[in-house]
Amino acid sequence: MENYFDVIVIGGGPAGLTSGIYLSRAKLKTLILNEGAAGGQMVLTHEVANYPGIESISGYQLSRNMRKQAEKFGCLVKSNIKVTNLSLSNDVKSVEINGSETFFAKSIILATGGKSRTIGAKGEETFKGKGISYCATCDGDFFQDKNIIVIGGGNSALEEAVSLTKFASSVTVVHQFDHFQAFESAVSEAKANPKINFIMESEIQEFIGNEKLEKAIIKNMRTGEISTKEIDGAFILIGYVPNTESLKGIIELNNKNEIITNDLMETNISGVFAAGDSRAKRYRQITTSVSDGTIAALSAADYIEKQKEEILV
Amino acid sequence: MTLSTGLNHIATANELTKIVNENENVMVCCGRMGPMCIPVYEVMEEIQDKYSHVKFFDMAFDSPEAHIIRNLPECKTFAGLPFTVYYKNGKVAKATSSIQNMDQVTSILDKELNS
Ligand SMILES: Cc1cc2nc3c(=O)[nH]c(=O)nc-3n(C[C@H](O)[C@H](O)[C@H](O)COP(=O)(O)OP(=O)(O)OC[C@H]3O[C@@H](n4cnc5c(N)ncnc54)[C@H](O)[C@@H]3O)c2cc1C
Repeated sequence: MENYFDVIVIGGGPAGLTSGIYLSRAKLKTLILNEGAAGGQMVLTHEVANYPGIESISGYQLSRNMRKQAEKFGCLVKSNIKVTNLSLSNDVKSVEINGSETFFAKSIILATGGKSRTIGAKGEETFKGKGISYCATCDGDFFQDKNIIVIGGGNSALEEAVSLTKFASSVTVVHQFDHFQAFESAVSEAKANPKINFIMESEIQEFIGNEKLEKAIIKNMRTGEISTKEIDGAFILIGYVPNTESLKGIIELNNKNEIITNDLMETNISGVFAAGDSRAKRYRQITTSVSDGTIAALSAADYIEKQKEEILV
Repeated sequence: MTLSTGLNHIATANELTKIVNENENVMVCCGRMGPMCIPVYEVMEEIQDKYSHVKFFDMAFDSPEAHIIRNLPECKTFAGLPFTVYYKNGKVAKATSSIQNMDQVTSILDKELNS
């Protein structure tokens, strides 16, 4: 019975870890399976300053605390695994990991979150870590007195463009539309910064370099004009995609590949719930994921209880 | 200056040289306690037992002693933390920059540092 659980949670970010805390505290045998480091996108956050009750904490520390709390109540957390097969339609659901071991559960919570969107331009993969970065706070200091571009037009792109001016001699924001999606305050702060300039209605076609990034080929989407910009670095900050690739055809997704749930975090499959950033919703924050994780756990516990009652009747 | 990982730490350039010379297979992740580095440390912690023929260490990127890694020819084009270096028989077998996942790390270990 070692591989049999009441609930298996797939994904160990704030949504999954919160579900783990609630479920194991309710004495339900719970397993969290996580592809990367436990904590999910939370680990990518240098400073979390909007988690109620904690003035400021590193994302890493908050992740550790949540994991420890779940484990203290008996939740088993396995990180750095790969889910290789998922069967959800029967009463007993199964999850195979690493092509070798299979776990079974009465209920599943999908909390697979999201990841940074890549632009898919030629050369992007080649120069990752050699000029191309997705984290300004992590890699900004490699670009002291250098010329860089920031790709994106949302809040994080404009805020990071401003913070990168601490290091870089010039920051060019390249954005595909003629207007920004960011708050007015972020737009005006970026526009007021003398080190920042803008290339609007344009997309990167290719990144070029020898051993490290040297140039970006940029296409103006309105005129079709192609230009080459000499750069030392590029920060790609264009939002997120849900981690639901492996769920296609298994669970109902919307046209953005987000999992569809109701207010109880129920999906279209009985006994399968979803929580956090992988779900169709408007606001994606640690607090909203924690809330989803709580609801999904309580719904899963209720589902298991009702199943028991049905068997007894 | 040490990092709060579950790995063994290397504090000085001399220590690194000694470890690399005395062990056939060594993996060193040189970084900070930051978002791109933590996932790599966690992968290393996770696989330490399985890859018992490899010695796993971290080193603080901001320590002046880390010049030994920062200035490696193999790392000269790197512009993303962490700098991860794989040594075989005292020589650099492979170096990577920026975040790496379990598959990326284990495929390098299997190819470059097989026993
Ligand atoms: C740079 C950055 C800064 C941020 N700053 C803040 C902030 O200050 N405050 C705030 O509230 N929010 C912040 N956010 C947003 C917040 O981190 C997310 O909204 C939150 O982490 C989402 O939680 P989640 O549990 O739904 O998913 P995630 O945190 O994405 O976790 C999902 C986990 O599931 C794993 N996974 C994916 N697919 C599978 C699979 N098939 N099998 C097993 N595991 C899988 C992933 O590896 C990951 O570990 C930030 C996000 C980023 C990227």
